[in-house]
Amino acid sequence: MVELVARTPCEGLLPYEAGEAELSEIIPKRITSLAPFEDSTLLKPLKTALGVELPAPGQSVKAKDGRIVWTGQNQFFVLDAEVPALDAAVTDQSDAWAMVALGGAAAIDVMARICPLDCAHMTASQVARSLIGHMPAIIIRTKTGFEIMVFRAFAKTLVNEVSHVMDAVAARGALST
Amino acid sequence: MRVDGKGLVHRDQSVSFKFDGQTYKGLAGDTLASALMANGVRLIGRSFKYHRPRGIMSDGPQDPNGLVELHRGDQITPNVRMTQQEIHAGIDARSQNHWGNLTWDVLELNDLMAPFLGAGFYYKTFMWPKAFWEKLYEPIIRRAAGLGSLSMAHNSDDYEKAFAFCDVLVIGSGPAGIMAALTAARSGADVILCEEDFRFGGRLNFESYDIDGQPGAAWAAARVEELSEMENVRLMRRTTVTGAYDGGTYAALERVAQHVSDPKGAPLETFWRIVAKGAVYAAGAMERPIAFRNNDRPGIMMASAIRGYLNRYGVAPGKRITLFGNNDDAFRSALDLQAAGLEVAAYIDSRPDAEIKGDFPIYKGARITGARGRMRVDGVTLRTAQDQEVWLTTDCVGMSGGWNPTVHLTCHMNGRPQWNEQLVAFIPTPGSVPGMEVAGAAGGTFSTKGCLKSGIFRAKTVLDAIGISAKTTPAPEAEDSATKISPLWVVPGKGRAWIDFQNDVTAKDVALAAQENFKSVEHMKRYTTQGMAPDQGKNSNINALAVLADVTGRSIPETGTTTYRPPYTPVSIAAMGAYAQGHGFAPQRLTTSHVASVKAGAPMIEAGLWYRPSYFPKAGEVTWRQSCDREVEMVRNHVGVCDVSTLGKIDIQGPDAGAFLDFVYINTFSTLKVGRVRYGVMLREDGHVMDDGTTARLGEHHFVMTTTTAAAGQVMRHLEFVHQCLCPDMDVRFISTTEQWAQFAVAGPKSRDLLNGLLDAPIDNDSFPFMGCGDVSVGEITARLFRISFSGEHAYEIAVPSRYGAALFDALCTAAKEQGGGPYGMEALNVLRIEKGFITHAEIHGRVTAFDIGMERMISGKKDCIGKTAAQRPGLLGDTREQLVGLKPAGAVKKMNAGAFLFSPNDEPTRTAQQGYSTSVGFSPTRGMLALGFLRNGRARHGETLKLVDHLRDLETLVEVCDPVFLDPEGTRARG
Repeated sequence: MVELVARTPCEGLLPYEAGEAELSEIIPKRITSLAPFEDSTLLKPLKTALGVELPAPGQSVKAKDGRIVWTGQNQFFVLDAEVPALDAAVTDQSDAWAMVALGGAAAIDVMARICPLDCAHMTASQVARSLIGHMPAIIIRTKTGFEIMVFRAFAKTLVNEVSHVMDAVAARGALST
Repeated sequence: MRVDGKGLVHRDQSVSFKFDGQTYKGLAGDTLASALMANGVRLIGRSFKYHRPRGIMSDGPQDPNGLVELHRGDQITPNVRMTQQEIHAGIDARSQNHWGNLTWDVLELNDLMAPFLGAGFYYKTFMWPKAFWEKLYEPIIRRAAGLGSLSMAHNSDDYEKAFAFCDVLVIGSGPAGIMAALTAARSGADVILCEEDFRFGGRLNFESYDIDGQPGAAWAAARVEELSEMENVRLMRRTTVTGAYDGGTYAALERVAQHVSDPKGAPLETFWRIVAKGAVYAAGAMERPIAFRNNDRPGIMMASAIRGYLNRYGVAPGKRITLFGNNDDAFRSALDLQAAGLEVAAYIDSRPDAEIKGDFPIYKGARITGARGRMRVDGVTLRTAQDQEVWLTTDCVGMSGGWNPTVHLTCHMNGRPQWNEQLVAFIPTPGSVPGMEVAGAAGGTFSTKGCLKSGIFRAKTVLDAIGISAKTTPAPEAEDSATKISPLWVVPGKGRAWIDFQNDVTAKDVALAAQENFKSVEHMKRYTTQGMAPDQGKNSNINALAVLADVTGRSIPETGTTTYRPPYTPVSIAAMGAYAQGHGFAPQRLTTSHVASVKAGAPMIEAGLWYRPSYFPKAGEVTWRQSCDREVEMVRNHVGVCDVSTLGKIDIQGPDAGAFLDFVYINTFSTLKVGRVRYGVMLREDGHVMDDGTTARLGEHHFVMTTTTAAAGQVMRHLEFVHQCLCPDMDVRFISTTEQWAQFAVAGPKSRDLLNGLLDAPIDNDSFPFMGCGDVSVGEITARLFRISFSGEHAYEIAVPSRYGAALFDALCTAAKEQGGGPYGMEALNVLRIEKGFITHAEIHGRVTAFDIGMERMISGKKDCIGKTAAQRPGLLGDTREQLVGLKPAGAVKKMNAGAFLFSPNDEPTRTAQQGYSTSVGFSPTRGMLALGFLRNGRARHGETLKLVDHLRDLETLVEVCDPVFLDPEGTRARG
């Protein structure tokens, strides 16, 4: 029998550190997309299993064994936790996204160069769909920094572009003024 | 010459630098301009047109003459402003715009030719003969023109782009800006304070004013110190706000590492986009020159710059200085010079009634009529109030025609400034930029006390507007003198009096423009090129329009200004385009087989953002055609593997999923059985074909649609539009799963054998018939298998979660090898589909209908679908349409090109005679050159011989029209 070896999206590319910013890969246990049908009573098993309601637009909530992240109109990603059998549009997205954590004191300065949003004023657990460079992205504010998700195929560009900016921010910090 | 006890430079920190190859010493805190002035260097450049010797004129970024080239090789940066550039040990500045060296410039000949080279010279002279313009005149003129040079290599410097957000953006840090920032910051607002200079304080650093009993510069430093300690304040120096845009967005350019010898990886510049809820614009004012004969000689400067260099840098621009003005402010330069112990040769005021006193020669009601000296002014002639001519020896002249408020940003959103008779200046029209208030001299408030008060008041107005209650801040004590000025633009007389120093436009040129009927200020500007140099008329616009108003007999407000547009000062394209060099231009989407493909030597080609292998060369293959031919034969006779993950995959679920698909596709999907796949075509609302692909039914309410690589985003957007706008009642949801699955085509007569060697349980024709689909297991991983074919062969597409993509591609290639096969690329894929007459976006390019591609019968009569009615419109059906056909060589020339046009063999190949065109061409190893194309009434014309002409690539050949399916029209191979 053939043995298929699994690879992560950013394999061999991360972690990376420059000055006061760190970039590392996050590998969620699973990513499941969830789009409720019109009859919202069908979502009861979800609340029973995960213990929370779906988050409001622009928000994510902590759930049992994971998180639920708003990702668009009537669309959510369940991270880590297993989604129970549900009468809703559910797809496996575990392999579709490259997910990284950007942390450190300079994380906000790095975000200011790669994302057009006012990231400094995002509050923990807030979520935004925006751009990282020219890549469509899901951005989650955490207590320690940001989590960024882009299409898996963008992984190399993501790491190249963010690490380049991290280098520049570190170098600027080191400049004599 | 340095003056003891003056200036904000660090006397104990000597810095050596180079200018035109010679080493000089300056002090930390110097600009290139001040350091060279301290070294007695007066000649720093040549003028643009006449190559006249020039010196530093002003102490700000508007200086028309002080432009140098910095750095070497691919990092060359032209037109760096010497008045802004801080000196450091690495500086190796070169003067610009001379042939030969700066002192002996060959092109100074132009100055002797001046009588022939006036405004409009080019337009009148280089007209005949017509052909000479492009071949002779233009190249010569172009060689002589241009400021600075570029390396023509890719710039290896780093630049940066960034975003910033705040409640209140304060532009400028003079007295008005500092008070505005303090008021906003003390009220708790998030404040960004931008200062173009490397030192905060604005004019206070150049003047001798006291504020609250403290020297102005020290007062500014203390306030900025306070601001720097506040968490809600961001101080950005070396940052020029260059434009005001919609929605409170401002552009700014920060010079990050231009002031150090080694940036050590830091960007040279950052292009900022600042989004502010409100803004206080406190950009100050700029002094304007007076036009008199030879007023451009080195050593003739702005009156304020003379005291500016003295107060800021401790440099005296001359030993025996003459001042010439029409306002009280100019007199202050004389007082500052005298206080520093410098000799004032004379103070000349054009106002007979000026209330000024001093113990140096004062001429009231007098005017300088001309300057003498070539490389350096050595004297001036003046005409006194008694109409006597007086000759003065002087080595430096300061002139002041009054001050122009820096209205620029207030005009960036179509605002027009208003003329103020009392100030003799244009001032901003309130409300020109929504959310932006103008404070201080930029708004026409010139006294220091007035500026301080205006900063507080304008900040309060902005805070009010954005809902922050302002805390009261008292205005400090400072001078509060009224503005006294009487207009003076040009001193009449013979000879050339400069208006635009940078583009060499004189008062005469402006008069000539009017004489030749270019009387509108916009026409005059273009005729004379006044205001079109890098300084964008900062020194000349108002003077030029005043002269124009005079010669045309109109008033200044009637004449009006030209349009102030962003950027305020030049912005490097490299900064605006930061991150976009090379691969930064567009992100790359790489498939899971990318590394293996590159390792196999496959040249990668771009398909949208994706990268796909063109072909997989084997040892001994020299041309791509050899590899492509082999890969085609490999698929036809054995088996080939191709990564098709780039095709769009859209997961569609919901009780109305079938009905939804029926509405977007021309054919029916609600009747498709679970476990089956169907080919579908979708139309745009205008009835033309949008995309095609296969859709599989995975469950009762669950489909997976595939799109072409090119149209994946467009189809997703289309589905959202149809659902949200056209049938919002349908209970259906969709999401892209393109990236979730790594999908590979396995094509060829041995495809099933290959798969059965890999799958955990074998398949056969019953479990997976043609157009069947279902789950399989490979290496205990659940995979999706689709029996579909884009090559016409017995073929499958197998999809696994992307994490296993690389591993599966390796396993498939290894297994293919055992069957006499291997991977194939886009070239072979293209030939295989052309042989079968399968279409891509080369055919469905946006202007073709289902009728054109022979699929109109697929449009179901039993249901409605998007584009159905529109597709029936007159002109979209029938024998006038260009219809899909196959083309084969029919003459001696066996070559065909895609994008060539079809003509009757006897017709001239002209636009009106064209009957169709070719879209795709490929070489079939078994059938020779094949092409697909569109031909008017083509389906009825199989067998005809036509002429195929490619006008661009010089090809003319005869072709035979045939059926577009060249191979296996019955489709038995795919079903085998």
